[in-house]
Amino acid sequence: MFRYIVRRLLQLIPTLLGLSLILFLWLHRLPGGPETAILGERGTPETRAQLRHDLGLDQPLWVQYGRFMKRMFTGDLGVSINTHRPVVTEFMERFPGTVELTVSALIIAIGLGIPLGYLAARKRGGLLDYSSVAGSLLGVCVPIFVLAYLIKEVFAVKLGWFPSAGRQDVAIDATRVTNFYVLDGILTGEWDAAADALKHLVLPAVTLATIPLAIIVRMTRASVLEVLGEDYVRTAQAKGLTERTVRGRHIMRNALLPVVTTIGLLTGGLLSGAVLTETVYAFTGIGQFIAESIDHRDYPVLMGFIMFVAIIYVTVNLLVDVAYGVIDPRVRVR
Amino acid sequence: MTPDNLTPEAASGATAPEQRQDESSGLKGLTPKAKKQRLDRLAELAAVHADEKGRSLWAEAFRRVRKNPAAVIGAIVLLLFVLVAIIGPFLVPYSPTSTAWADQVKEGQNIIPGPSSEHWFGLDHNGRDEFSRVIVGARQTLLVGVVATSLGLLVGCLLGGLAGSAYALGGRRGRQVDNAIMRVVDMLLAMPSLLLAVSVAALLGPSLITVMIAVGVISVPVFARLLRGSMIAQGHAEYVTAATALGVRRGRIALGHVLPNSLAPVLVQATLTLATAIIEAAALSFLGLGNPDPAVPEWGVMLTDALTRLEVAPRLTIYPAVGIIITAFGFTLLGEAMREALDPKLRK
Repeated sequence: MFRYIVRRLLQLIPTLLGLSLILFLWLHRLPGGPETAILGERGTPETRAQLRHDLGLDQPLWVQYGRFMKRMFTGDLGVSINTHRPVVTEFMERFPGTVELTVSALIIAIGLGIPLGYLAARKRGGLLDYSSVAGSLLGVCVPIFVLAYLIKEVFAVKLGWFPSAGRQDVAIDATRVTNFYVLDGILTGEWDAAADALKHLVLPAVTLATIPLAIIVRMTRASVLEVLGEDYVRTAQAKGLTERTVRGRHIMRNALLPVVTTIGLLTGGLLSGAVLTETVYAFTGIGQFIAESIDHRDYPVLMGFIMFVAIIYVTVNLLVDVAYGVIDPRVRVR
Repeated sequence: MTPDNLTPEAASGATAPEQRQDESSGLKGLTPKAKKQRLDRLAELAAVHADEKGRSLWAEAFRRVRKNPAAVIGAIVLLLFVLVAIIGPFLVPYSPTSTAWADQVKEGQNIIPGPSSEHWFGLDHNGRDEFSRVIVGARQTLLVGVVATSLGLLVGCLLGGLAGSAYALGGRRGRQVDNAIMRVVDMLLAMPSLLLAVSVAALLGPSLITVMIAVGVISVPVFARLLRGSMIAQGHAEYVTAATALGVRRGRIALGHVLPNSLAPVLVQATLTLATAIIEAAALSFLGLGNPDPAVPEWGVMLTDALTRLEVAPRLTIYPAVGIIITAFGFTLLGEAMREALDPKLRK
């Protein structure tokens, strides 16, 4: 198992190196080059030339790439043009919010999706099956920002059940420990703060959960259907094992493998969705910050974010592969 | 194999010398009886051929798709959408860009006139006829979806086809080529789709072409992975061994044999990608990276404009939103039905 993880980690290196090269070239090819990205439209030809020299842009490309990589490794992603603060600092402040949001969305999607998919497969052709398949097909067709606006309009503006914006009521003077607002509330024992943060999470999380939910339902249904046709399931039933054992040890353990992979692949989509969802709900996570940065053409932030997301994505998928190895011993050998 | 080689004479080796000479020039110079025999045999062969073939993969898939009600609904929705997109702009009552009724819109007082007999869908926030805009917007939306998907399909298939054929037929060197290509593809795949689109859009500056390229780039790694996997799976097929044994060049095996047999899942994916392309294009508009040209109405841009006025005129959101959802749903239904129809596990 340990060797497997190490091998997978080593395989990440070329991917990340290549990605950094693409990003470096991307930043270079941007209209006006990095100096425009930093100076904006304000720069005079002299200040531009000075900046080019200061940034070492007059040096050979590979020297520049080397320096770029060195900065990356020391965790320096540059300074935001818009807020004039280091990109890493901005990320660290906002990242917990996005994690809270995406993890809650995933919990909703997995918690509902796997049982729904299982039931749909067991009662194939029934009402639940048809409605969950139709619902999941329709679910992926609704642009998430439209859904976000509609949910907000109905449940926050019209019904007033949940707050419409932000991560926590400004009136609450909560102590910050980790910047995970719900966790902070629990850690410090400020229960009303935790409850309020949780209330703020509900609508964005439900919105963000729709597409993963649709995908997980369909994936689980298809996967369970396939396993149900296997001989070993019939054997297990024939030898009189309880429904529960057959479901847990024979059906689900085999059917969940592809579902776990799918969940790993959802990370990218979740982060894309977070950009849109957080913007609509004015949820101060990374996503909203990125939408702002797109508006301001804040290239250092965008570049840092892409690198950041890529690292998260490959890490999550590494974890998924490891989980795969735990669930399915056959994987470890390959 | 040409039918000539299978004539009884050729098979038995009893062909007269003068007849053999004529083989290349067809039936000329044969005795009428021999001619007739040969033609009969040819017809027989053709008949046997057609019979042995049974239904092709595609014919069988088409039959199964037709029997699936979801696919029929999807196809009807798409047909309507395409009709509206192509013919609609010639039939709209007003120009989609005419602001002739701007004096009826008072944004400060939250007044945007709703549907009337003159304006079926009412006016938009600039006093333009919403119905005409929705109809003309369909064309723009279809255009973005189709061009973006074709772009992704083309580049993706080029990369995936190269990697797949290198892996399946190229030996050890081929595997290295495949590895190099797929590393790049995996990198693209590792980026969240929206961010990939955003980086492209930032690079090229906002324009209609940018939206198409940005949305197309998202699907490149998907098509590449799919075609490669499909080609590698086909690479083990017996017909590849047969073609290799017959001395067919590797390039021809890849292009003429493996590729056509590997395209089915890619085409299914293309149908599904059309749905996502339309949604992603709308998301780009929402983030301010859409087509900046206000002269051309597009559902994504209309939707974004309307969402900020949800309180005043929710109908302005509903029209383009319903348009996008229905269109995407049509493509998804058809695509899923095609996927099911082509899945050998679900056949029969």
